[in-house]
Amino acid sequence: MLNSLGREIPEYIEGIGKLEPFQGALTKLRKGWMDEPTIPAPNRAYLPHQSKLCTSLEDAILRSNPHNGMTVSFHHHLRNGDILLVQTLTILHNLGIREITLASSSLNECHDPILTYLKDGTVTRIFSSGIRSQLGRAIALGVLDIPAVIHSHGGRVRSIHTGKIHIDLAIIAASAADCEGNATGSHGKSAFGSIGYAVIDARYAKQVIVVTDNLVNYPCIPLSISQNFIDLVVVVDSIGDASQIATGTTRITNSPMDLRIAKLAADVIEHSGFFEPGFSFQVGAGGASLAVAKFIREKMKVKGLKGSFMLGGITSYCVDMLNDGLFETIFDVQSFDAVVSNSLLNNRRHIEIQAALYANPFNSGCITNKIDVVVLGALEIDVDFNVNVITGSEGNIRGASGGHSDTSSGAKLTVVVCPSFRGRIPIIKKRVHTIVTPGESVHVLVTERGICVNPAYKELEENLRRAGLNVKDIHDLEIEVDEITGIPAPLEYTDKIVGIVEYRDGTIIDVIHQLKEK
Amino acid sequence: MLYIPGNNPAMIQQGGVYGADSILLDLEDAVALNQKDAARILIRNMIRVIDFYDAEVCVRINHLSTPFGLADLEAIVPLQPSAIRYPKTESAEEVAELLTIIEKIEDRHGLPHNKMTLHAMIETAMGVQNVFNIASQFVRVDAITIGGQDLTADMNIVYTPEGTGIDFARKRIVMAAKASHIDVIDTVFPDVNDEEGLRKETEYAKSIGFTGKAVINPRQIEIIHKVYTPTEEEVRKAYRIVKEFKINSAAGVGVFAIDGKMIDAPIVTRAEYILRLANVTVG
Repeated sequence: MLNSLGREIPEYIEGIGKLEPFQGALTKLRKGWMDEPTIPAPNRAYLPHQSKLCTSLEDAILRSNPHNGMTVSFHHHLRNGDILLVQTLTILHNLGIREITLASSSLNECHDPILTYLKDGTVTRIFSSGIRSQLGRAIALGVLDIPAVIHSHGGRVRSIHTGKIHIDLAIIAASAADCEGNATGSHGKSAFGSIGYAVIDARYAKQVIVVTDNLVNYPCIPLSISQNFIDLVVVVDSIGDASQIATGTTRITNSPMDLRIAKLAADVIEHSGFFEPGFSFQVGAGGASLAVAKFIREKMKVKGLKGSFMLGGITSYCVDMLNDGLFETIFDVQSFDAVVSNSLLNNRRHIEIQAALYANPFNSGCITNKIDVVVLGALEIDVDFNVNVITGSEGNIRGASGGHSDTSSGAKLTVVVCPSFRGRIPIIKKRVHTIVTPGESVHVLVTERGICVNPAYKELEENLRRAGLNVKDIHDLEIEVDEITGIPAPLEYTDKIVGIVEYRDGTIIDVIHQLKEK
Repeated sequence: MLYIPGNNPAMIQQGGVYGADSILLDLEDAVALNQKDAARILIRNMIRVIDFYDAEVCVRINHLSTPFGLADLEAIVPLQPSAIRYPKTESAEEVAELLTIIEKIEDRHGLPHNKMTLHAMIETAMGVQNVFNIASQFVRVDAITIGGQDLTADMNIVYTPEGTGIDFARKRIVMAAKASHIDVIDTVFPDVNDEEGLRKETEYAKSIGFTGKAVINPRQIEIIHKVYTPTEEEVRKAYRIVKEFKINSAAGVGVFAIDGKMIDAPIVTRAEYILRLANVTVG
């Protein structure tokens, strides 16, 4: 069957179940309630003064009913510094556990060592918002029989509380925790800031193990995750490589290209009609996206304009803007550097939020619905403004859905920033390899060679033209770039589906076919 | 004016996107000796196919005293970029010799002698001494520039951010350009991370008469544009002056006053210059 974007979606996939095709960014949400029931969270019992402390991670896992076919979940707040996911799967592998479903909120390069477990049947299914590096390559080439499911951050919460992801064991790394499992990421030698993605795991997993390298006296404050959801506590020497977790401050790029794009994006925002007192704002942490914050900060100061809140992945740059008085509040679901952890801990206007409040579409209002302006990146964008942030030009799975579709569906102005080509590869395509975010949610594309406005937003285009910005038809820009780079030879795929891309409401926006190895 | 190393295809293909008024593809100092041929071939091919949008395209060739200068001319002149920039220009005789060679190449290719211009770089003490002759004697020399790093090396002094050592040269070069009614471009500011230093140096260059400044990194372009772009207030004042001037001229009045201040020909000329920079016409 075809979804509303013309992508062929199978009705059923073995190991996944029945698939519902994507029908529009807000179509499913319009009636105001959802047909999918919320599954009951497990009831637990715990006797007075019983100890949750275990002697090792293995001891804790053994006490958590490990079994074949179990689902194990992790958060990715340790980013590329995480060591617990690999350790846990190694323990389960050594225990002879097989057919594990891995439900990590994202997967990074540091998780490449588990590729062995995908090959030998220890891990047979994956749910994640992002997959990269060797894992992404192997999955694209078909290492798993059951397709990996790519979800958004908000979609993950929905999947968990509707039972699509049924977690048997959640491993929650914490930079500080007490003997009862009250836990946080906001202080300690491995501080990583917000622990917002793990809250839903603690609520719904049958067994929850908090792992920390910093056992503090009871109670651990703040109670980012509270003891009533935690079964076991493990103290280890290290939860991860501190240098890869969250260090120092995030630096603005020096790349002239990123800065050029960021400057143009800031000009777009300024003249969009949404750069008004009380506006809310979200930017990513990488390259051009973060640099947009630098220029917006300058523009806000010049205009004496004060915003409402900043949302999302939070960098030191966001904290600076809060401290400058440019925004009133930060809602922080994920933190990117050490300065952010300090702010989260000490500034009551810097609020730690869980993923459900951040972006879950199946509730009475996530904060992404309140965003005025969001700036997002892209691996590819097509002439219909559909965005790919998951598969690369070489066909590998090498990115993350993350909050891309969540924020763009909620924002009044979604600005996608990317160079028009990278290396010799055009980024603007007639058709992206994989759709993660539908074009209807994208208002404007900003590249170094011009600004393209989605034709559905005529008033925005008029505003930008009136401001003298270099607005081009996206079809013209696509041709212009093709003339520079040439058109790459198409990738070759088999009929086998190796990944399905869920839209945030659980419908299927696209599938990823097995890449033919050259 | 953005310098781009002639052997860097990635930078050349993106040269036009940064908003520079002029792209300077460099075959000289930015290119290692063993890359000269590759750079020349690359520039020759890329100029033909890359869209630099509204930017003028200039090519800095190697000096004719090097083994590369003549080959550079043979490759670049037929392409007729907006201008050729000639390094270490020291005398009018040298310019005459260069133009003779250029014109011979143009003749061989059936090209006119009045399209491509020449920018003379003044980078030696001798060049500074002879700058007026260089600037004033040739129709095709429509800009002169100062090369700060080479000049300090030639003067055997250390280049400092304050530019004390080359201040006389700067002013002498500016005066030669003004007397010859041609453009004069200031040297690059080498510390790309010192935005405040760049802004101060550009403001100084503007204040003593430079009409533009060269940059080595696209990040520097916006600061220079900000310094050189007239403020709204300046444009408003200039507009009023030119408008009043037109009205008064029509009535046969040469000197008049605005808000009690006398307006005469030099002030009108200055106001017209500001409006040209701001791309504003008085109807």
